[in-house]
Order: sequence, then structure tokens, then C-alpha cells
Amino acid sequence: MKHIQTLNTQILQNTVKKGGCGECQTSCQSACKTSCTVGNQTCEQHK
Amino acid sequence: MIHRYYNNGYYIVLDVNSGAVHVVDELAYEVIGLADEAYQPEEIVTKLKDRWPESDIREVLEDVEELKNQGVLFTEDTYKDKIIDFKKRSTVVKALCLHIAHDCNLACRYCFAEEGEYHGRRALMSYEVGKQALDFLIANSGSRRNLEVDFFGGEPLMNWQVVKDLVAYGRKQEKLHDKKFRFTLTTNGILLNDEVQEFVNKEMSNVVLSIDGRKEVNDKMRPFRNGHGSYDIIVPKFQKLADSRNQTNYYVRGTFTRNNLDFCEDVLHMADLGFKQVSVEPVVAAPEEPYAIREEDIPFICEQYDKLAAEMVKRHGKENDFNFFHFMIDLTGGPCVYKRLSGCGSGTEYLAVTPWGDLYPCHQFVGNEKFLMGNVWDGVKNGELRDEFKCCNVYAKEKCQKCFAKFYCSGGCAANSYNFHGNINDAYDIGCELQRKRVECAIMIKAATAEQGE
Repeated sequence: MKHIQTLNTQILQNTVKKGGCGECQTSCQSACKTSCTVGNQTCEQHK
Repeated sequence: MIHRYYNNGYYIVLDVNSGAVHVVDELAYEVIGLADEAYQPEEIVTKLKDRWPESDIREVLEDVEELKNQGVLFTEDTYKDKIIDFKKRSTVVKALCLHIAHDCNLACRYCFAEEGEYHGRRALMSYEVGKQALDFLIANSGSRRNLEVDFFGGEPLMNWQVVKDLVAYGRKQEKLHDKKFRFTLTTNGILLNDEVQEFVNKEMSNVVLSIDGRKEVNDKMRPFRNGHGSYDIIVPKFQKLADSRNQTNYYVRGTFTRNNLDFCEDVLHMADLGFKQVSVEPVVAAPEEPYAIREEDIPFICEQYDKLAAEMVKRHGKENDFNFFHFMIDLTGGPCVYKRLSGCGSGTEYLAVTPWGDLYPCHQFVGNEKFLMGNVWDGVKNGELRDEFKCCNVYAKEKCQKCFAKFYCSGGCAANSYNFHGNINDAYDIGCELQRKRVECAIMIKAATAEQGE
């Protein structure tokens, strides 16, 4: 598209079926201790 | 719900419910804005045709329709009803924050543990209590393989032998129970030496090194009890450790306060010291503290985030490039919607353990007897409190409903909410403002670096 460029290759709705495995890191275990930055995490399902 | 904003030369549209990010030109930005206000296509054409060719406007309108049909623009929130009843969902314990020491060799002024004093009750965790904590974790982890243990405190290096013994115990238990421990160490670095470094590199998946930035900034808030600064001692140790880990799987972790609202300088200072993994976060403090961040500081702080983000775009791909934790964002997936709805997991999947084996929702609640959840022998005894944390999510929070950052922030920190509003189902407003700015910056960097063809 000339005027709009979509950056993602994955959208949240697609994670409803396959998500929820719970293997991901809890946020405070990373470098934040109070900013609850779930959005900065990655999915660990295949690791 | 969409969120439109302009940052560092980029027009960006975030579709909140799909997480789709669109980088647009000025015309599309205007069209989408009007569409968001429920103007019909013909009205939009009428409104904009003085500034842009009608054919272009119609082209954009077609694109917008196409994106709507693809489910990446103006999408509905379909999660609230579909996601299983939060109260009924089963939770397991998958992460512990072990307070290996309620004691510290520094006296940081913003410490959540009263400058390391812990209300006068200093203690070191015994191996027996730590062992029981690991047993508790394994026994309550259900089918989760990845389990996390954060060695925290106070200062965990003051009880280093116990840390090593617990890691050894954990490794034995891994094999017996088919689990995988991910150990993290958080330290102020004072007692860091070659022996510690070697062990850390062998066993710790991540290590968090506490330092606030420039020397005068760090030494003002992170002094020894005698008032002397810690910067000169920790910087070379941290540099050595970071290099020994090939500049990955660690963070230098700073806290900015009212004393250094120009924290962008501290981030860049640490990047220029050679640290590639940097995390700096706003202090959380009672409002009466002189170093607490105030509402009137927000505009300046936001400018700092903008400045930092723009600088990182400049450095991208170059020798002096670095990673800033709060600007990390994964547009190829990121956490699934279940994770985004459950947040940090405090009080449910993530618990803190005191040196005596008491359980709390997280380290911020330790010492507040109202939040005592149980202990590592009897487990979680306060089921009601656990349920309260279990149900704490974006849909339970009034302020989150209209916020575009809800699926990144997941409702924010429960401790912040409690300290500022008296209950965990509210939101700390200053934290919210800064969180929104960080999300905007993180996305802008993706837009900019995508353009650079990464």
C-alpha cells in the first residue's frame, strides 16, 4: 500500500488458540522491577 | 480502538486490539483520524480535498477498508468475553523472588527496604529455607517446565554461599522432576569478584547490575552507609562482567529520580561506558519524598524518552548502538493475549520469599503483614488474597479500558497501585503516563529501523 505500511507479521487474535502455555518469563524477573513491562517480553513457547 | 501519534517524523497508527502497527503518511493519518471520529467516506473526501487530490484520498479510504477486513484496523476487543473466567483459571507457581538477604552493604536512599534495613529485622536466608522454597516451587509448578528463581535481597552477595548451594540443589532437582531452572541474580556489585563472576556466567541466565548512571547521580542515591559513593568501585566490575558475557544476558539497571530528570544523559552515559544492555526506570516513592517524581515533571520526562528514542534510531546498526529494555518490543509475536491479560503474575505465578520462608505477592509487598500469603512449608494459605491478585487484570481496572497501552502494560504494577490508591485494582497515574510514552517510543523505533531496512 502506498500510504500505509503495516509492520507486524503477527496479531494478537492469532494467539488466542495457541497461546497460554505459560512458559514465558515473569516480568519482574527481567530488568524491570516495577514497570510491569509485559509488552517488552518475548514468547518462549518454542524454547 | 486506535491510537494515532506523531513521533520523530513518523505518523503511526496502533490498532489496540490486534496490536497491529501501521506507519502512515500524513494523508492517511488524517483519513484514519476522521474515520475514527465516525465520519463517513464522502464526508472525509469533502473535508480533505482542499489539501490532497481526491484520487489519493479515495485510495487511502480503500486501503483502510482493506485493513479493516483483514482484521488489523479498527478491530474489536474480542478477548473480554472469550477468555476463560479469570477466577476459575488454574494458576501454578512458576517464579520465586528469593530474598537471600535482608541486609545490604549500601544504603540507597530510595530502597523499598528502607535503605536495606528492612525495618530493623536483618537476616540471611538459610540453606534449609531456600531448599524448601525450591521444593515448594517444584511441587506447585504443575506442568510448567521453565521455572524462574531470582536471587534478590537486600544484597544477595552477602549470603553468596547459600546462593551457590541453592543453585547446585536446583540443578539436581531439575533432572529428577523434568524442570528447567532459570536463575537470575540482582546485585549492587560491591562484592563482585572473579569467583562470583565465573559462577554467574556458568549458572545465571540473567544478571541485573544496579547502577543509576553518571557518577554524581549514582553516588547521590546509592552511597555506602558512611556517605561515600559506590560508582568508582562498581563500574569496572560491571564492565568486566558485561564483557565476559559478550554484552548479552545481563542488564545494567538504574533508577531515575527527581534528582536526575534528565535521565537520558544517564542512559547514554552507561551506553558510552560500553554497556549494550541498559534498563533505567522511574523511581517509585511516597509522594512526600523529595526525590519522588511529580506530575509537573511528566512533560520533561517524556521529552527525555523522545530524545533517547531518537538517539537510538541514530545509533542503530552502528558501533555505539545499544539496547534499552523499555524500548524492546516484538512485532513478530511478543507475548500471547493470555500473558498480556495476566500481567507480571504477582501473587499467583510469581511470589517473593523472605529469609524466614514467608510468602508475599512480590518483593514490594514484603513486610506489609496484610499481604502475607503463607510460607514455603504450608504453601499459600491466604487463598482469598491470591484470588484478588488472580483477578487483577486490565478488565478489572476502570482506567485501563480506554488506554491504548493496556496490552503492553497489562494493568501496571499492583504495588504501585496499592501504594498510591490503597488497592491493587487501580493504576498509578504517573506510571501510566510514562508507560504510554515508552510504548510510543518503542514503536517509533521499530518504524524507523524498518525504514532503514533491517
